[in-house]
Amino acid sequence: MSSKPVVPVSTYAVVFTLLLALTALTTAVSFFDLGGGLNNMAAITIAVCKALLVILYFMHVRYSDKLTWVFAAAGFFWLLILIGGTMDDVLTRPLLSPETASTQSEPR
Amino acid sequence: MSKVEVFRQHHFVDVDQQHDASWLGMWVFLTTEVMFFGGMFACYFVYRHWYLQAFASASNQLDVVLGGINTAVLICSSFTMALAVHSAETGRRKPLVVFLLLTIVLGLVFLGIKFYEYHTKFVEHLVPGSSFRFEESLARPAEIFFSFYFAMTGMHAVHMIIGVGLLTALSFRARQDRFSPIYHTPVELTGLYWHFVDIVWIFLFPLLYLLGRHL
Repeated sequence: MSSKPVVPVSTYAVVFTLLLALTALTTAVSFFDLGGGLNNMAAITIAVCKALLVILYFMHVRYSDKLTWVFAAAGFFWLLILIGGTMDDVLTRPLLSPETASTQSEPR
Repeated sequence: MSKVEVFRQHHFVDVDQQHDASWLGMWVFLTTEVMFFGGMFACYFVYRHWYLQAFASASNQLDVVLGGINTAVLICSSFTMALAVHSAETGRRKPLVVFLLLTIVLGLVFLGIKFYEYHTKFVEHLVPGSSFRFEESLARPAEIFFSFYFAMTGMHAVHMIIGVGLLTALSFRARQDRFSPIYHTPVELTGLYWHFVDIVWIFLFPLLYLLGRHL
C-alpha cells in the first residue's frame, strides 16, 4: 500500500481516452432503438466498465494491496445485496401473492 | 528529526503506517458513501419497475446531449485530478497547482451546466410540487421520477460543491509547497473522493437520462 509505484501519465491518458470513447458510445447508442432490453443492457454494461476503469486506474486499486481490494469490493457487494434482495421481492411478489402487490396502482 | 519524520504523528510507528491508516480510512468512508447513494439507487429501481411508462416518458424530458457533455466534463476533471496526484507523487509543485485549479474549473463547469438544466426544469414546470405540469394520466408517477431526479442529482451536486471546496483548500496548500513525494496524503485522498463522485455520475447518467429512451 505504502510503496505503490507511480502510475505513468501514459496509463492515465489511455484510461481517459477510453472513458471519453465509452461516454460517446453510450450516448450514441441511446439514439438507436435496439429493442429496450438491449439498450438498457448496453447502457448499464458501459457504465460498469467505466466505473471499473476509474476504480482500478484513477483510484489506484489495481496497484494496491489486498486489503484495499476487500474494502473497495465490500461496498459494491453490499449494493448487490441491497438491490438484488429488494428487486427479488418487488419482481416476484405479483406471482406469489397478488393481493399484496396492489402497490402498483396509481400513487397518492 | 528527519524530513520524513516531520509529518509523522506520535501514535503511528512510521509514516508508511500513517499513510496506510489514512488510505484505508478513506476507503471505509467511501464504502459508507456507496451505501448512501445505493439506497437511492435501490428506491429508483423499485419505482421504475412500478411506473415504467411514466418514468420513461419523464426521463425523455431530460436533455441527453447536456447530460452526455456533463459526463465528459466530469471525466476530464477526473483525468486532471489523476494528473494532480501524479504531480504530487513526483514532487512537481507548479503542475500540481495547475491541475488542481483545472479540476476546480471543470467541476464548476459541470455545476454550471447542471444549474442550467435545473433552470430549464423550473421553466417547464417539471419541478415536483404545486406547479408541476405533466401529461394527465402519468402526472403523479412522473412527479416521483422528478423527485428522484432532483434528490439524486442534487445530492451529487452537493458532493461536487464539497469537492470543489476541498480542492480550493488543497490548491492553497500546494501553492505554499506543503506537499512532497514523501507526504501528499491529502491530495491522494481528495483524489479518491473526486473519482468516487465521478463514478456516482457515471451511473446517474444512464439511469436518469438513457434508460427511458427505448422501452
